[in-house]
Amino acid sequence: MLNYIIRRLMIIIPELFLISVIAFVVIQLPPGDFLTTYIMRLQASGVEINQTIIETLTRQYGLDRPIYVQYFMWIKNIILNGNFGTSFSWNRPVIELIKERLSATLTISLLSLLFTWIVAFPVGIYSATHQYSPFDHIFTFLSFLGISMPGFLLALTAIWFLYKFTGHAVIGIFSLEFQNQPWSLAKLIDMLRNIWLPVIVVGMAGTAGLVRVIRAMMLDEIRKLYVTTARAKGLPEYKVLIKYPLRVAVSPTISTIGWLLPALVSGESVVGIVLNLQTIGPLLLTASLAQDMYLAGSIVLILGTLTVIGMFISDLLLAWLDPRVRYGAREGG
Amino acid sequence: MNLELTERVIEVSNLKTYFYLDIGIVKAVDGVDFSVDRGKTLGIIGESGCGKSVTVHTIMRLIQSPPGKIVDGSIKLYRLKNNELEIVEITKLDPKGKEMRDIRGKEIGMVFQEPMTAFSPMYTIGDQIIEAILTHENIDKKEARERAIEFLRRVGIPRPERTIDTYPFQLSGGMRQRAMIAMALSCYPRLLIADEPTTAVDVTVQAQILDLLQELQEDMKLAIIFITHNLAVVSEIADDIAVMYLGKIVEFGKKEEIFSHPLHPYTVALFRSIPKVEGKLERLVPIYGNVPSSYQIPEGCSFHPRCENAIRGICNVTSPDLIDVGNGHKVRCLIYQKVEV
Repeated sequence: MLNYIIRRLMIIIPELFLISVIAFVVIQLPPGDFLTTYIMRLQASGVEINQTIIETLTRQYGLDRPIYVQYFMWIKNIILNGNFGTSFSWNRPVIELIKERLSATLTISLLSLLFTWIVAFPVGIYSATHQYSPFDHIFTFLSFLGISMPGFLLALTAIWFLYKFTGHAVIGIFSLEFQNQPWSLAKLIDMLRNIWLPVIVVGMAGTAGLVRVIRAMMLDEIRKLYVTTARAKGLPEYKVLIKYPLRVAVSPTISTIGWLLPALVSGESVVGIVLNLQTIGPLLLTASLAQDMYLAGSIVLILGTLTVIGMFISDLLLAWLDPRVRYGAREGG
Repeated sequence: MNLELTERVIEVSNLKTYFYLDIGIVKAVDGVDFSVDRGKTLGIIGESGCGKSVTVHTIMRLIQSPPGKIVDGSIKLYRLKNNELEIVEITKLDPKGKEMRDIRGKEIGMVFQEPMTAFSPMYTIGDQIIEAILTHENIDKKEARERAIEFLRRVGIPRPERTIDTYPFQLSGGMRQRAMIAMALSCYPRLLIADEPTTAVDVTVQAQILDLLQELQEDMKLAIIFITHNLAVVSEIADDIAVMYLGKIVEFGKKEEIFSHPLHPYTVALFRSIPKVEGKLERLVPIYGNVPSSYQIPEGCSFHPRCENAIRGICNVTSPDLIDVGNGHKVRCLIYQKVEV
C-alpha cells in the first residue's frame, strides 16, 4: 500500500507541471501581452506614455526575457508568494477574487455531491434489484429527464414556481438583507432557506447520471456467481447486496470524485448566473469573455490542481476499497 | 424411528420448476424424484440445459422468482435438531426468510463450477469463510478464524494460517476450489451440493478434488449431490446415477448397473460419444441432432427426435413413465414399457 501511495504521488509532479504550462499558455493566448493592454488602459485614462516608460515596464515584468524565463518567473511568484497576478477587469489581485468565491463554490459543490449520493445510491440499487418494475420505469424516466434538461432551465422554472407558490424568491445564497452582514444564526438559517435550490439544481444532472451508472453496475454484479455464493451461505439479502455487489458498484463513483469539481464548476456556470451565485463558475465565464487572462488562467490552474488532488484521493480510496487495485491484479486473474 | 429414515438426508419427489418467460414456459425441471442418504453420492449427469443445475438451485431455493417457480412436488430435508430428527419441507419455505437461510450453508453446503468467480475478489478467502461460520454458529470471531484455518488445512491447502489472509485472485484455480469446499463444509452440513466442481479445473486438479471430496465424505458422513456432464468423473465418485434429459430423469440406478448395462437409448448414446481407454479403437458416435429448444419440448418421449430406436406412431405420441426394471434400476423408455397401441 505504501509503495502504491509513493508511486501515485510521483505521478502528481509531472501532472501539476503540465497543468501549469497549460494555464500559462492560456494566459499567453490572446494577441499582445498584458503590457500592451496595460499601456492601452493607461493611455485611455489620459496618462502620457513614452518609450522609456515602456522599456522600464518591459524590463520590470521580464517581458524582454525568453518565454520559458517568463514562465518560471510566473510560477515562482505563485508558489513562493501566492501571487497569481492582477485581474484587469476587476483591478484587484486574482487571489483575492478567487478566495472570496472559493468557500461558496466548495459549499455548493460538496452539498451537491452529498445530495447526489444520498439520492442516487438508494434509487440505483432499488432500480437494479427491481428491474422493470413500475418504480424502476418511473425512476428511469425521471433520470433521463434529469440528464437531458439544461440546468439553467430547471433553475428558472424552480425559481418561478417557488415564487408563485410560496412568495419566497431565491436570488442567491443569501437574501438581500443578509448579503453583507457578518455570520450569525439568522444568516445561517437564511442560507439554508436558499442554498437547497442551487444544490439540487447543480446536482440534478449528476444524480440522474449516477442513478443510471449504479443501476447498470448493480445489474452486472448481482448476476455474478459470487452473489449466489453469498446467498448460498445463508446471508440475509440486504447483507448480500451491501457487502458484495455494492462494494464493486461504487468503484466508478469513487473513481470520478476527481472530475467532480471541474464538472460542477463548469456545469454550474450558467446556473450560477441564473441563480446569482457568488461562485467561481460565473467568474471564469466573465473572465474569459473579457479576456481577463490572468484571472482565467489562474482559475484553470487552481481547478486543475484541485482535480489532480481529487484524482489522487479517489485513487487512494479505490485502492483501499478494491484489493485488486492494491495488488495490481487483473480482473478475474 | 426406523434406521433407513434416520440415514436419509434429502428426498425429492415429483419436483417441477418452471420458468414463466415472455416467449413461453420453460419446464426446466419436470417431475424429478430422488433421495440421498448419509455417506452416499448421487451423480446427476446430462447435457447443458437438461435441468440438473436448476434442480439443485431449487433445493437451495436460489431460483430467481419471477420468472422461476416451483409448480409442484416436494423437497424433504431430514435434519437433526437438538438430537431429534426433523423433516423440513423446503418448497414451503420463504426463499428469503430466516428458516431457509438457516438451512443454506448450515444444513446444505454448495460448491460451484467456477472457482474463479465464486469468491468475491473484494474480500480475503478467510473473511468469506469466517462470515459463513459466523452466520450460523454462535461463536466469536477468533474461534471462527481458528475453525476456518482448520478447514483450510483439512482440504489440503498448504500453510493455511497464511493463506487465510490472501485474496482469491492470489490463489490458483485448484486452491480456490479447495477453499470453496472448505467454506461449504465449515458449518458441518449433512448435504453437500457440488455443481460441476471439477469442470473448470484441469485434469490433475480434477482428480485431487475428487479424492478430497471422497475423503471428506467418509470423515463427515456427507451426503453429496454431484452434478456433472463428465462420465469419467461420475464413475469415480457416484453411488447412484441419475441421467437427466430435458427436465426429466430418464434413467436411474446404481453406478455399476448403469455402467454395465445402460438401458435408455440416451444413456447408451452418451456412453458411445466418449472415448474409451481400454478395448479396441472405435469410432466415436456423436448423439444425433441437438438438444431441442426448452420452449418446445417434443410430444411423446422428449428424446424421440434424436433416438435411433424410436418407433413411429408410438414414441412421438405416448410419453413414457419411469419403469423399475429390477435392482432399483429405473428407465423412462417405451421399449421397456408395455404400451397398448
